[in-house]
Amino acid sequence: MTSISRLHDLRQSLQKSRDGNKPCVTVCAGTGCQACGASEVVERFRKEISDRSLAGKVEVRASGCHGFCERGPLAVIRPEMICYTNVEPSDVAQILSETVLEGKVIERLLYQDPVTKERVIHEEDIPFYKFQRRIVFGRNGEIDPTEIDDYIAIGGYQSIEKVLSEMTPEEVIETVKRSGLRGRGGGGFPTGMKWESCRRAIGKEKFVICNADEGDPGAYMDRSLLEGNPHSVLEGMLIGAYAIGSEEGYVYVRNEYPLAVSNLTRAIEQAREYGLLGKNVLGSALTFHVKISRGGGAFVCGESTALMASLEGRVGEPRAKYVHTVEHGLWDQPSNLNNVETWANVPIIITRGAEWYASIGTPGSKGTKIFSLVGKINNTGLVEVPMGITLREIIYDIGGGIPGGKRFKAVQTGGPSGGCIPESLLDLPIDFDRLQEAGSMMGSGGMIVMDEDNCMVDVARYFIRFLQEESCGKCTPCREGLDQMGEVLTRICAGEGREEDLRLLDDLSRAMIDTSLCGLGSTAPNPVLSTLRYFRDEYEAHIRDRRCPARVCKALITYAIDPEKCTGCGACLRACPANAVTGEKKEAHRLDVERCVKCGACYQACKFEAVSIQ
Amino acid sequence: MQTDLQAVCDIIEKHGSQQASLIGILQDIQARMSYLPRKALVQVSKSLDVPLPRIYEVATFYRAFSLEPRGRHTIQVCLGTACHVRGGVRVLDYLESRLGVKTGETTKNLVFSLEGVNCLGACALGPMMVIDSKYFGHINTNKIESILKKYR
Repeated sequence: MTSISRLHDLRQSLQKSRDGNKPCVTVCAGTGCQACGASEVVERFRKEISDRSLAGKVEVRASGCHGFCERGPLAVIRPEMICYTNVEPSDVAQILSETVLEGKVIERLLYQDPVTKERVIHEEDIPFYKFQRRIVFGRNGEIDPTEIDDYIAIGGYQSIEKVLSEMTPEEVIETVKRSGLRGRGGGGFPTGMKWESCRRAIGKEKFVICNADEGDPGAYMDRSLLEGNPHSVLEGMLIGAYAIGSEEGYVYVRNEYPLAVSNLTRAIEQAREYGLLGKNVLGSALTFHVKISRGGGAFVCGESTALMASLEGRVGEPRAKYVHTVEHGLWDQPSNLNNVETWANVPIIITRGAEWYASIGTPGSKGTKIFSLVGKINNTGLVEVPMGITLREIIYDIGGGIPGGKRFKAVQTGGPSGGCIPESLLDLPIDFDRLQEAGSMMGSGGMIVMDEDNCMVDVARYFIRFLQEESCGKCTPCREGLDQMGEVLTRICAGEGREEDLRLLDDLSRAMIDTSLCGLGSTAPNPVLSTLRYFRDEYEAHIRDRRCPARVCKALITYAIDPEKCTGCGACLRACPANAVTGEKKEAHRLDVERCVKCGACYQACKFEAVSIQ
Repeated sequence: MQTDLQAVCDIIEKHGSQQASLIGILQDIQARMSYLPRKALVQVSKSLDVPLPRIYEVATFYRAFSLEPRGRHTIQVCLGTACHVRGGVRVLDYLESRLGVKTGETTKNLVFSLEGVNCLGACALGPMMVIDSKYFGHINTNKIESILKKYR
């Protein structure tokens, strides 16, 4: 397309040709649902439709992630928006005959409230969705991410139209500034200010970069956006390129996200064919090329300067922050880096206006945030909520609480740079600043819920170990500090902790915060400091009483078989990899503590709760 | 093992011989040959005019690369936080003792390589593992046995 009006015409003709009342089955085909067999469900729908000569009457769409991963594969039947959960290929024929053709609802496939046992028909009435505000993520369910026409038909590329026809770059920056958008990758730096600095910076050329190196364990919203709505990210980058004055962009994406890479690759090709990327975008003076760069699996590359080093084909080592990347970034040229979710917010701000956007959220944090709600939670999935919502609302109203009637212990936010927030702070309204005050941080939006069976010392050790492996080793405080912390925490978990260890952990933390080169090192102590602050008693139990209250730390527990409860079924005997279980059939078994490797296989295998942990 | 240098050259040509392409080139070699043979790296060094130690620096920095031949099947156990709190480590421990290798190693018969990986973003399925590119969710020691049988 060589002009803005052509895009406008295309959208109108697409919208006219699409019958909103035509039955359409949308099957979630994000990575989570695909792992549960969504592709087979889609295939079966396609086959049934062609076998019954329904093509043209019923549509099937494999869409991006709907967010409710716990109940995948999900299928939503439009226009009624009937939502079916845990759909299997064998359900397809019935869904077509009864729901699509006759409008009858199939009870057994509906979401059932675990508490009230009530069945819910429509997607928007399911508590998981009801309390969300899905302005960015909600569009995933409406489109096939591999079809640019789908995106255009729901209003996609409308904002680049608006920008090119009626806004100057300065006005775009002003709008983003007024919207109050802050970087969704973790730091929360005001996006408009970053763009302004990069626009003002002097250089031969300028670069726009999308950080899709989503490394925080337990966070996958960026992957789901790239998989489910890649054009929204590209449109955001286009607007950024226009505002900053850049002609070249990069998306740095994890190689562990194959579906995201392939959907994005396709999106770039299609946008190029449509004249939305490349020379003279839509016939304007704007030129913008986008390339994909696949990450090599190093967590530190999520840090902006390390990412740029990696883009240049070097090892991903960060450099000191006082040299700003907006002035000297990729190949020493002014570079503007934002993460996936930030870019996806931009087109919405342009279309709906800064004032509308700023009306959502808290004074310091505007708009919505996508969190991945995972761990010990009933409704695992991606949730998009307005800033300022409380943790309690997310965990109990949306997440449906803790499974198995267990007691909530903590929620970990912010990935390895974040911290653990205890029960007493459940009513904390979440935004960038409040989380920081609580000793954690927003991070990229991972939210890992933990219950009484999780040991907080073990969790702290988990994050320190993770960072120990991922530290690039360039600066001493991070490299050595993490090693030392890891050693102390391992000692505590092994029941060999010393009274002075807590002091030592605190000292090490302070030194690392003050002297590390990049954000990885200076935030690394957060998991330790926050657990020390809120769960000191657990550390003390490990050190003073040589006891792990949550019964997690291997050195401090023993497995035993209760002869009263054991039926002699032999399940544990077969499961044990160390031959530590002995016993005759139908007689109580015995567990040899000397041989036991404490792998927990017997505990999981036993159906009679005869294996206990002490 | 013969190193297919022509394939290496094709990969280099596809990416272009500038240093910025290095990581992409190594990724494709790794995907094709299941590791980075020295001969291939020497070729990359020549074509890109980047000193060999620089290439090794990159090849050993990033987790995605291996300098040793990998097994026919790669078992990746997710060690993301969500899987961790649901017992991911227990799964890895079990596989280590079951296969007789440490994490990061390959069984002697070159059938399995065992890896612990960072979050794969399928947290609803945790604890989970991936064999080649197939996902197995909600796994426990019982399930592992029946899954492994299919791959022997």
